[in-house]
Amino acid sequence: MGSPRLRLLVALLLAAVLGLCIALPWIKTPVLLALSNGLAVLGVIVLIRAGQVSFGHAMFACLAGYGVAFAGRASHLDALLLVALGSVGAAAAGALIGLFMVRYRGIFFGMLNLAFSMVLFSVLGKFGAITGGTDGLRFDRPTFAGQALEREGFETALLGLALLLAVLAGLAVQRYFGSVNGQALAAIKSNETRLEYLGISAKRVFWGGYVLSAALCGIGGSLFALTQGLVTPEMGYWVRSGEVVFIAILGGSGHAVGAFVGAFVFEFVKLYAAALLTGAWQLVLGVVLIVMVFAAPTGLFGLVEKHLRAKVPQGSKP
Amino acid sequence: MKTAAHAAAHAAPPTALLSTRGLSLSFGGVVAADGIDFDLMPGERLAVVGQNGAGKTTFINICTGYLLPASGQVFFAGNEVTGQSPRQITRLGVGRSFQMPQVFVDHTVRQCLMLAASAVQQRRGFWLPLDRAVDVHEVDATLELLQLQDRAGDLAGALPEGQRKLLDVAMALVLRPQLMIMDEPTSGVSSDEKHPLMAVLMRALDERKVTSIFVEHDIDIVRRYATRLAAWIAGKIAADGAPDEVLRDPVVIKNVIGE
Repeated sequence: MGSPRLRLLVALLLAAVLGLCIALPWIKTPVLLALSNGLAVLGVIVLIRAGQVSFGHAMFACLAGYGVAFAGRASHLDALLLVALGSVGAAAAGALIGLFMVRYRGIFFGMLNLAFSMVLFSVLGKFGAITGGTDGLRFDRPTFAGQALEREGFETALLGLALLLAVLAGLAVQRYFGSVNGQALAAIKSNETRLEYLGISAKRVFWGGYVLSAALCGIGGSLFALTQGLVTPEMGYWVRSGEVVFIAILGGSGHAVGAFVGAFVFEFVKLYAAALLTGAWQLVLGVVLIVMVFAAPTGLFGLVEKHLRAKVPQGSKP
Repeated sequence: MKTAAHAAAHAAPPTALLSTRGLSLSFGGVVAADGIDFDLMPGERLAVVGQNGAGKTTFINICTGYLLPASGQVFFAGNEVTGQSPRQITRLGVGRSFQMPQVFVDHTVRQCLMLAASAVQQRRGFWLPLDRAVDVHEVDATLELLQLQDRAGDLAGALPEGQRKLLDVAMALVLRPQLMIMDEPTSGVSSDEKHPLMAVLMRALDERKVTSIFVEHDIDIVRRYATRLAAWIAGKIAADGAPDEVLRDPVVIKNVIGE
């Protein structure tokens, strides 16, 4: 995962998050939400590698969330199993929908994802008998690794799991970016024609990236559902998908760390803006986005990364 | 579809590397390929000349699977490849470079070649880093062969045009093709650089024993490097043979060289 400085930075950030959670218990919920959002952002960053932006990826978080809710209501599975189930379900949905999506690029790709997500949103809203309609589905707190925990303890355990998954997913995505398929994915952005003339199927490479991105959104959606104990169609609404893209730009799409930096800044700006400027937090976010686009097009992490690079010569980093 | 006699008369010679029979394609009213019968033997270095719009690039695009002909067939190494995708034809052993070099501008020169090596070495994967997944000897050898070793760490997008052209060919050459088709390898390069560029390309192709076709406008280059010359006029091969003979052909002088 790059330079020693970067590793140090990530370790410091993790320590800061843990320290804050211990010192201020109320902060656990926003941190959990930021982490689950960050995982979905990580998924979108994978697609941005290929030069593609999806405006419907919240559908995979939403699918995973409903998977968790249905399974949690029906069978009282353990929280760990529910996360696994939600993520695998989202990946499977991504594999299926991806077969169709990888044929499209640019605005068509973005809008088709949005269209799929809106179909899901409507279905969840209309079939109230099964899905709970717009009120969504509530489910009981499951056991965590076999332990029946109170709300407080469950949240702490979930936080630990979310941090672990975030670190593992970040490492895995960075590893993927440097791999054969990850490098070919980046080549889709610059020259698909040459990829085909090397005998490499751009669609197959892109499909792999699409499934990975759906799986990451699924992990995020599963954690989100467990944090809330409730899922609603809102989870898959297009505004949520837009938010995820917004956070990717805010945090910086060049590195996995950017996804989480962005997600934390977003969550806490939203939290404080909502408290201080009631009803105007979208205004604050809008202004932040405008400033970012002009002042830091590589995102918040892009600003930091420049310094990491300048001070540490990196022979090995691609 | 065809009578036996017709098929026999038009059969591709079994020794030909690339053959086409009755290749036709029009764009709107413009005939870009008009029943082209063509055979290329292993070891030949064919130059293709012709004015803009004569159908040179269309011919290449059909042979490499980028365009589907309205009628006719393409054979490579004795097998029909008509209608196959660029990916399939590439895998059979046809390399291609482009008039506008098609390189991965955000990758380094070395990474471009490593991606090519990953394709031919059948290395895929989500985990192993690219530089550890492929046999880098092949990459380094090709870099040196095309004199790109000093630019290995530079972004492909930052290369000057001449080196970008070399990289375009290098990526195809890593695939160990039997045939290399180059569309205007010296276009966009200053006239001083053309001969050194061709010298490097031709030496590389000779060393790897690759048969080649190249589209070229510079008659000097054609004279010097081609063993055979085909002149394209309005979707047809108007003259085909030894370069000196073709360049003396009055039709070629009038319509292609333009004197």
